[in-house]
Amino acid sequence: MQRILRVVAFAVVGFAVSAGMVHAVTDGSGDPVAVKSDDGKWSDKDGNPTFKIEADGTVDWYTYVGFTRYSAECLRCHGPDGMGSTYAPALIDSMKRLSYTDFYAIVAGGKKDVSASQDLVMPAEGENKNVMCFVDAIYAYLRARGDDAMGRGRPQNHAPKPAFYAKDVEQCMG
Amino acid sequence: MNQALSRKLAAGTILSSFLLIGSASAQTAGDDLLKMEKNAADVVMPTITYDNQRYSALDQINARNVGKLQVAWTFSTGVLRGHEGAPLVIGDVMYVHAPFPNTVFALDLNHDGRILWKYEPKQDPNVIPVMCCDTVNRGVAYGDGKIFLHQADTTLVALDAKTGKVVWSVKTDDPAKGATGTEAPMVVKDKVYVGVSGGEFGVRGWVAAYSVADGKQVWRAYSEGPDTDLLVDPQKTTSLGKPIGADSSLKTWQGDQWKIGGGDTWGWYSYDPQLNLIYYGSGNPSTWNPKQRPGDNKWSMTIFARNPDTGEAKWVYQMTPHDEWDYDGVNEMILTDQQMGGTMRHLLVHFDRNGFGYTLDRATGELLVAQKYDPAVNWATKVDMDKSSSNYGRPEVVAKYSTEHNGEDTNSQGVCPAALGTKDEQPAAYSPETGLFYVPTNHVCMDYEPFRVSYTAGQPYVGATLSMYPAPGGTNMGNFIAWDARTGKIQWSDPEQFSVWSGALATKGGVVFYGTLEGYLKAVDAKTGKELYKFKTPSGIIGNVMTYEHGGKQYVAVLSGVGGWAGIGLAAGLTDPHAGLGAVGGYAALSNYTSLGGTLTVFALPPS
Ligand code: HEC
Repeated sequence: MQRILRVVAFAVVGFAVSAGMVHAVTDGSGDPVAVKSDDGKWSDKDGNPTFKIEADGTVDWYTYVGFTRYSAECLRCHGPDGMGSTYAPALIDSMKRLSYTDFYAIVAGGKKDVSASQDLVMPAEGENKNVMCFVDAIYAYLRARGDDAMGRGRPQNHAPKPAFYAKDVEQCMG
Repeated sequence: MNQALSRKLAAGTILSSFLLIGSASAQTAGDDLLKMEKNAADVVMPTITYDNQRYSALDQINARNVGKLQVAWTFSTGVLRGHEGAPLVIGDVMYVHAPFPNTVFALDLNHDGRILWKYEPKQDPNVIPVMCCDTVNRGVAYGDGKIFLHQADTTLVALDAKTGKVVWSVKTDDPAKGATGTEAPMVVKDKVYVGVSGGEFGVRGWVAAYSVADGKQVWRAYSEGPDTDLLVDPQKTTSLGKPIGADSSLKTWQGDQWKIGGGDTWGWYSYDPQLNLIYYGSGNPSTWNPKQRPGDNKWSMTIFARNPDTGEAKWVYQMTPHDEWDYDGVNEMILTDQQMGGTMRHLLVHFDRNGFGYTLDRATGELLVAQKYDPAVNWATKVDMDKSSSNYGRPEVVAKYSTEHNGEDTNSQGVCPAALGTKDEQPAAYSPETGLFYVPTNHVCMDYEPFRVSYTAGQPYVGATLSMYPAPGGTNMGNFIAWDARTGKIQWSDPEQFSVWSGALATKGGVVFYGTLEGYLKAVDAKTGKELYKFKTPSGIIGNVMTYEHGGKQYVAVLSGVGGWAGIGLAAGLTDPHAGLGAVGGYAALSNYTSLGGTLTVFALPPS
């Protein structure tokens, strides 16, 4: 009888979690739920960049930008939609494990596994403005993909471009 | 002095007086190769023969018996990444190359492929991520007793064919700028020719000739820049029959953009000894964002005919002026002599990434035929063939699919073909028996959104987002087709689940061979396309099929080892963004069929 009770209790908790949140997931950065927006740029409760996806599938502006920049800068190795290639890992899986800090460090500093059997080199993008000016957006996009909050392909709808976006980009790109 | 020696000396005198007249350069490797390429038992160059027909006169294996083919022996390269190109066979020795670290093996055909020597350069691994699409290499060339390899780090090295020892080595470009070596060199006479990869890094393309004897650079011709860099004569070099005029490239770029303008030269070379011309194509202009580089961006996307001795361009033809889709023009130029309209024509046939199959007169560069070799091609309605038109020779671009017209930050949808082209570097074959070309093709379309990027030396300079998906109306991502270049028509077409990313081989035996991305080596009937044989090799095939004869027996060989662009784009399978939600993920994922690993598989008929 005690055992059954425990099972029931578990089930109730499980139900509560899935009913109470849209994404009952935690990833390498913890809880991805968007709590704060800085002019359309969303962050989670710990201040990590994150995505905000409406019920109709509309994604926030930065997640959308992340899709385009990922596709231009990372796809050539990590494959379409973060799903991996013959030689570079599927980042949708990595996101379950890597924190924002891990992610940032790898993208900026690179990573190597070169041995007799492997020639894996993740380039250091720290000097590459086409990546670093959008690294948070790429992170938000991959986080959404990794958490299964958005499907493959280009987001069909996205929030409008925030007023200061163009100026921010221009400033960063120099 | 013995008689033989005095005869040789006399010949030498004749040769040097010939040289004084100045009509031909010193004979060495190339003249041997002209003789050697006629011996069908050997494969002395990456293109099989100078005309790049990829045709073998061997016919022991034919349409009747090919179904009995068996694996004779196999060889692992020990390298995991994508294996493009094919081995060479010279006498009793086979030369096999591998992707980065660019290992080369000499195998003893008298002893089941025992290793005679192995060369493995030490290269800085930082070159790996500046290779645009996997760490591929398309093979080695032979000449003057040496094996030539253009390494990933742009070191051109000459190895003693007998021992594998480095005879000389020279740096051709700078990988810190994003320049890499992936293409197979070619030897003509006393020179070896190489080009460069790096169109996604803004590397300015060039082809250079190095002396086979000592690696000294003899000439270097850029795709873009001032006339002195292009090695053109504004009056004598022609395009579609007219002199190109002064500053033909500079005028088609804004300011200094040509310096980071791409036009890289990572494809194959062919050579016509009668006309004394070499042929090759140049790649995409950098960046992929067309708005950022107004003008025709000459001479990216161009077929070049150059004098191999001096480098001077005889004619040029730009297929895709002001590229808006990444349709590199580097695919092979196949040289054939065929009857057209009752006269024998010396033709150059080229299956461009842009989806048009071009037939030109290879002496003059006159455009004879330009037709779509995949009916899905839609970015242009046709190529203007009207000689009196101001658009003569130019594609008629459809506004809806023009990423220039639609502009930055706009997603142009449903463009066919995708950036990987109706065909990429994987070379087609030609059979003089049937008069047909056998073409491995991609049947994939895309959405393309260009945007502004900034240039930093050594960093990618791309500026576009792409999504790719199978062409409408089917799920097959490839076709293997037979093409008549005189009429510009498809004769037959075999659908393939994945893009066909392997170089084809035509044989006198009436059989055509190719490989598939799942890993099948396939043999089909040259007349009908009917499948006669297939065998699943250890990994997906992006290498080129070759055949040779040893000890009186014909062998067929192919490198398998999935990778390259196909391994990136297709590993997880494509999705169609326009198919509606339910269909997403509906296309086959390559990773469900094959895994990494470089292996050479050699086939033969069973003993009779
Ligand atoms: C030239 C190819 C290449 C490009 C371009 C590239 N990567 Fe990578 N990346 C790799 C390889 C290979 C690895 C695996 C390295 C290893 O295992 O040491 C990797 C690893 C990573 C990892 C760690 C994954 C894990 O599971 O630990 C992250 C995160 C990552 N890449 C993000 C990115 C992002 C974001 C971009 C685009 C801005 C990008 N990469 C562009 C090749 C590339």
